[in-house]
Order: sequence, then C-alpha cells, then structure tokens
Amino acid sequence: MERLSRWLALPPLAYLCALFGLPLLLMVLASFQWPGEFGGLEPALDRSEDGYRLNLTLESYHRLGEDGLYLGLLLKSFLYALVTALLCLLLGYPLAQLIARSPSRWRGWLLLLVVLPFWSNFLIRIYAWMILLSPEGLLLGVLNALLAWFGLGPVQLLYTPAAVILCMVYVHLPFMVLPLYVNLERQDPALLEAARDLGASRWQCFWRVTWPLSLPGVYAGTALVFIPAFGMFAIPDLVGGTEGIMIGNVIRTQFLEARDWPFGSALAIVMTLVILVLAWLAAWLARGKADYG
Amino acid sequence: MARSSLALLALGGILYAFLYAPLLVVVAYSFNASRLNAQWVGFTLDWYRSLFDDAELLAAAANSLLVATGCSLLATVLGTLAALALWRRRRPLLSALALGPIAVPEVLLGVSLLLAFVLLEVTLGLLSITLAHAVFAIGFVMVAVQARLTAVDPALVEAARDLGASPWQAFRRVVLPLILPGVLAGALMAFTLSLDDFVVSFFTAGAEASTLPLKLYAMLKTGVTPKVNAVSTLLLLLTISLIILAHRLTPEILRHDRGDTR
Repeated sequence: MERLSRWLALPPLAYLCALFGLPLLLMVLASFQWPGEFGGLEPALDRSEDGYRLNLTLESYHRLGEDGLYLGLLLKSFLYALVTALLCLLLGYPLAQLIARSPSRWRGWLLLLVVLPFWSNFLIRIYAWMILLSPEGLLLGVLNALLAWFGLGPVQLLYTPAAVILCMVYVHLPFMVLPLYVNLERQDPALLEAARDLGASRWQCFWRVTWPLSLPGVYAGTALVFIPAFGMFAIPDLVGGTEGIMIGNVIRTQFLEARDWPFGSALAIVMTLVILVLAWLAAWLARGKADYG
Repeated sequence: MARSSLALLALGGILYAFLYAPLLVVVAYSFNASRLNAQWVGFTLDWYRSLFDDAELLAAAANSLLVATGCSLLATVLGTLAALALWRRRRPLLSALALGPIAVPEVLLGVSLLLAFVLLEVTLGLLSITLAHAVFAIGFVMVAVQARLTAVDPALVEAARDLGASPWQAFRRVVLPLILPGVLAGALMAFTLSLDDFVVSFFTAGAEASTLPLKLYAMLKTGVTPKVNAVSTLLLLLTISLIILAHRLTPEILRHDRGDTR
C-alpha cells in the first residue's frame, strides 16, 4: 500500500511543482535578471567566446530600496491591510459569537450565510459598492443629506482610500468569521458559568475568559484577512482612484504596462517576504497562546 | 444575559444586512427600467433580453463555462489523488504545494504563472487559464475529499484486499462510494472558483481570450450599463446554487474552507 500511495502522490505533485513551484522559482531568478529591451528578460547566462558567464544583477532590489515611492507604497499597503484586518475583527467577532451561541441546528445555515458571499463573484461584490458609493447612489445621498443638515459639505467616497478599505472589509469578512467561529464554538460554556459563579461581571467574563481563549482564532483570522488584503490590486484599481493605489497595482503595472519584469518580480518577492514574516509571527503567537490555554 | 443577547442579535442582523444588502441592490437594479443605477423607474426585463444580443458577452460566458469545466475535471482528479496520497500519511511537500496557492496573494500566483507561461512559450489563452485555475482549485478539492476520507476505516480496504480485490477494485468498490460526496462537492467548488476567478485569469489570459469576469471587469472600467446588473444577477444565482449544492453534499467543507486550511 505504501508504494501505491507514493504513486498516487506523483501526478498532483508533478502538476503543482510545474505550475506553482517552478513559476515561483522562475520569478525569484527573474528578479535578479536584466530587463529585456522590448519587455521580457535578458538571458541569465551570457554566451561569449570563452564560455558561459552569469548575467545577474541586484539592480531591481537597489532601485526598490533607493526609491522611497515603492517603500512608501509597501508601508501604505501594510497599513491598509492592517486596518482592514482590525475592522474585520471588530465586525467578525460578534458575528462569530452570535453563530457559536445560536441553537446547533441553525449554526450550519448561519455560517453558510456568512460564507456564501465569499463564493459569489468578487467583482460583483465590488461593483455593488460602486453603486452604493456613487454620488447619485442611495447610500451617499442619505449620508450627504445628513451632513448638509449639520451644515457640512457633501463628501465623496468612491475613488478614495476609504472606499478601498470598505470594500476590502466587505470582501474579507468571511475569512475572519470562520476561524473565530471554529474557536468560539469549541470553548466550554462551563468555564463562563464558573467565572460567573465566582462573581465575575459580564465584561470580566469576556476579557478574562472568552477573549484570551479565542486568541488563536483571532491571530488566524487576522492573518487570513491580512494576507490577501496586502496584495490586493483589483479593489484599489476599481474604487481607489489615484490616491488609493497599493503595491499590487504597481506589480501589475510593471508586468503588463511598464514591461519591467525583473522589477515587478522583485516587488512581488519583497511583498511575499513581508507577508511570510508576518504570517510566521501570527502562527508563533497563536501557538504560544494555545500552549498557555 | 437576556439584554446582551438581544444586543448581539441586533448587531448580527445588521451584519447580515451589511453582507447581503449590496448584492440585493445589484439584483434589484437589474430589473429597473432606468439606464442609471439611481431612481427606481419601473420593472423591466429588457436588460436580460439585451444580454442575448451581445455576442461578445455570450462568447465570454461560453469561454468561462469551458474553462470552469476543464478546471473542475483536472482539479478533481488531481485533488482526489492528493487526498488519497495524504490518507493517514504525512507528506509535507504535497500538503504545502496543494495549500500554498490558496495561501499566497492571488497577484503573486498570477504574475508568476504569466512569467512561467511566457518563458516556457505556452500560448496564453483558454488553455493557460484552465491550467492556472487548477493550481488553486486542487487544494480545495483535496480538503473536501479529506473531510470524507477521515471517516473511512482503513480496515475496510484491508478486508477487501484480503478477499482478493485488486487495489483498483478496492478503491472503485469500497473507497470511492464512501468519498463520492466529497469528490462531487470538490468538483463543484473547483467549477465555481474557476467561474468566479478574476485575478489569475487577468494575468494568464493574454490579449485574445476573455472570460465572463474579465468582460465584467472591462465593463466596470469603461462604463457601466444596466446589462452589468443583469449579468451579475445571473452569475450570482448560478454560483450560489452551486455552492449550496456542494454544501449539502459535504457540510464539512465549510469548516475546512479557506479559513481552516491556510
């Protein structure tokens, strides 16, 4: 059976090595290559009379480090993703708790209702907010009427960073609710009863029992929202205007418009490294808490 | 506890409204007789009718269905094999490669595949999109099948083998019927993921090929007509039905959704 199992692993392993592992390696290599004259890449190996010579450079990374624009964009993307994750936590926590505390026969359906929008088309969900936030839209009409009543000028939301954050929260909320729900549902209600019996107030029950126990779920949810939000390019592209662009937009431009693949690759790799370090940190924090709990 | 529960319930209601109201707005406007997404003028089905006159849109829809079918077949076979290979065994490399594409930002997956396709001289088009979609769909199928496999007793396979079944017969007659709901749920998920995907398609489509989300994106960039509402409503209806079906087949997929696997 062991031999059979190894054969079974072979096709998916080969496919994923070829179309996930290899492309990533090629991109790492590309980030050290020179850009081709008309897009693409200069060969990594130069052929001259006296044999082959490596033709690699750190130019793209130098440029990234020296140009404040790109470091600024990385920082900005980091902040947008962080704010998105925190807002998702703020909204997702009560939702997860509501589902975890509801009668068990409802839980599956309530959870499905949270997850369903995730499975509906991503562009449609952004488009829905484009309607709501447009100047002639319903939501903004009400908001501006309210503001006018207080003597404040009309505001614009579409094509601003605020619209980017709002859409990112909307799109990623299910990622926060799922791990939180899994954690909260597993918590033993007897712990809360014991705390109440020992005279803890409702707030104390939450801050000293439920919240610390839920930290692994909090870290997992935060990472799940943060990672895709950090590399987001479609949302800023559609609702962010010029002010709301993120690092994902620049990576896209480098590949499709500027045709500077080495620089685009370097940006994508630095972005991924930042994410890996943060994900590792979240996992490390979650593990520490799990041991403690 | 009653008052705080009531507050939680009210907040829950607001949050569910936050999740669904925007989508309902799109659906409502798809029946609105006005050209603008503003005032309600009257009920019409004109926008749905106009979809069928739009040859480009229909071609994009046909492409999407073709790609989604191809992706679903490919990912279901490979994902099921991966789940079987991981049954009661640890294969860290396989797990990492199957779940990695779900964990990294989509833009990274998109640009790295574009780079690889161009360097390896794979023509960009429907085939490259299909191959690319399968990369992230495999992990989802694998997890759906694993959810079923954990409940399968390996003694059943041993019994079948002792009674003289070949490994293939043991799989075909014993294991497959038990995991079939998971396999089907995985196939539906792969189909839906492919049908909905925008980012990876955007980078791997090349200049010629278009799928429904790519067409939708172009429409959102260049000027929204009420047609967008009608396409969106139909697409919402399709994907949501598919996922409810997948959920009925294997309710565990919710637990092991993106949330749990990363």
